[in-house]
Amino acid sequence: MAIKVEGLNYIYGQGTAFEQHALKDVSFEIPDNQFVGLIGHTGSGKSTLIQHLNGLIRPTSGTIWFNGTDIYSEGYSLKKLRSNVGLVFQYPEHQLFEVDVFSDVCYGPRNLGLGEEEVKERAREALGLVGLKEKYWEQSPFELSGGQKRRVAIAGVLAMRPEVLILDEPTAGLDPRGRDEILDQIKELHDKQGMTILLVSHSMEDIARYADRLMVMNHGEKAFDGPPREVFEHYMELEAMGLAAPQVTYISHALKDAGIPIEDSITTVEEARDAILGLLKRV
Amino acid sequence: MIRDITLGQFYPVNSVLHRMDPRTKLFGTMVFIISLFLADSLWAYALATLFLVFCIRMSKVPFSFMVRGLKAIVFLLLISVSFNLFLTDGEELFRLGFLKITREGLRMSCFMGLRLIYLVIGSSIMTLTTTPNQLTDGLEKSLGILKVIHVPVHEISMMMSIALRFIPILVEETDKIMKAQMARGADFESGNLIQKAKSMVPLLVPLFISAFRRATDLAMAMEARCYRGGEGRTKMKPLKYERQDRMAYLLLVLYLAGMIAIRTVL
Repeated sequence: MAIKVEGLNYIYGQGTAFEQHALKDVSFEIPDNQFVGLIGHTGSGKSTLIQHLNGLIRPTSGTIWFNGTDIYSEGYSLKKLRSNVGLVFQYPEHQLFEVDVFSDVCYGPRNLGLGEEEVKERAREALGLVGLKEKYWEQSPFELSGGQKRRVAIAGVLAMRPEVLILDEPTAGLDPRGRDEILDQIKELHDKQGMTILLVSHSMEDIARYADRLMVMNHGEKAFDGPPREVFEHYMELEAMGLAAPQVTYISHALKDAGIPIEDSITTVEEARDAILGLLKRV
Repeated sequence: MIRDITLGQFYPVNSVLHRMDPRTKLFGTMVFIISLFLADSLWAYALATLFLVFCIRMSKVPFSFMVRGLKAIVFLLLISVSFNLFLTDGEELFRLGFLKITREGLRMSCFMGLRLIYLVIGSSIMTLTTTPNQLTDGLEKSLGILKVIHVPVHEISMMMSIALRFIPILVEETDKIMKAQMARGADFESGNLIQKAKSMVPLLVPLFISAFRRATDLAMAMEARCYRGGEGRTKMKPLKYERQDRMAYLLLVLYLAGMIAIRTVL
């Protein structure tokens, strides 16, 4: 069990006019090597939630376990935790600061107090994992394109060799191609490196395509939790929360309402294609 | 951590003081500050306390919020109080080695301490009940006369409101970058002075870059909306005195008169 959260509450600015109950009694478990999608409209508590998971925010009440240990138990090193639970913030390229790409990626492992050779080895490995060509390594991170900068930033977290990788909208502001490349690379980290992934996203299509499990946050509470196709069955409730199901789910429901016996719970374009072709063959 | 800065932070509740014209509040704060320097007797301080308590009640801002501003001046307060306490000549009350406490010193240091505390609380009331934009609007309008001698009042107040507007944004940004670097194992607390200064680089470089990016974005957005300075520019919410402002002015005049009276009579 990689991460376990129980009865998590977080209240911003307790006792002032700014008081806000950002998380209300959230509990869940994430087993090793799961690919979890996390959705919720702006201000639903997603970002607050993920910052709890590597100890950047201390909960008002509730407990968080990483690999079976309470992260706030005596003598537990939060620094160690942060290297095990890698967190990539929204627009992570805004955190780049070094003179060249390679040194920036070295920052994380160097903070862990590793030897110089190990640091460089990890940086090379991380840059390889995000697929950034070697000719860019000596350049200033500020000369790169948006998508490349983001890869450098993700590599900066990967260089610490985390077991769990949390990404807060890693594709925001990227063009469709950059988006697909980043997501495919994350998928590869999950499949080949066996990383546990928690992906915050606004794109239902992306979640449907990549995630094994989907959690939905609404007003600081966990509203749904389950396989994406099951969660998207509640598309009416999702709409009431300012969210939606993937567009093909709507089409398949419309077809069904029109009397066509198409199967339920279609969430990706590929599934829809196969289902429709299957129906056509039968005709 | 860095969010605990009160001075210059607006507290959003609906009260008479919040609805009041910023010029009234600016003027009121000025009168209060002047009155504190006029005060030199127990009665004067009693009247000032009464006025301050009245303002605090009217503002509906929790008292604990105003006291927070005092944290910043604790050191200054200690120094000025102890200097006055030990270094004023007069009738001796108590002596410990070369330190002596006199009746006059005790009186001076009490008054000095009160004066400083009231100054901070008084100006906190203004900033807690007035949004930075209202404040600069009020300043711009009040200082409008200076335009005659070619002081660029509008430009100055525009710069001020932009600066104020960006404080919370930059605070938030700092918080975000700090967390992002902490997620990469950064440590901002431990180590000696040099190590601490070094650990600020990964925070300051991104912060400066983002400040410059925001500045160019804002300049572009202003140009896109044809901003050409203050000449002939109208306001969406022009400042206007209401009944509560007239009441407030009346109260202020009475208060100031009372303070002057106490000073001349006693």
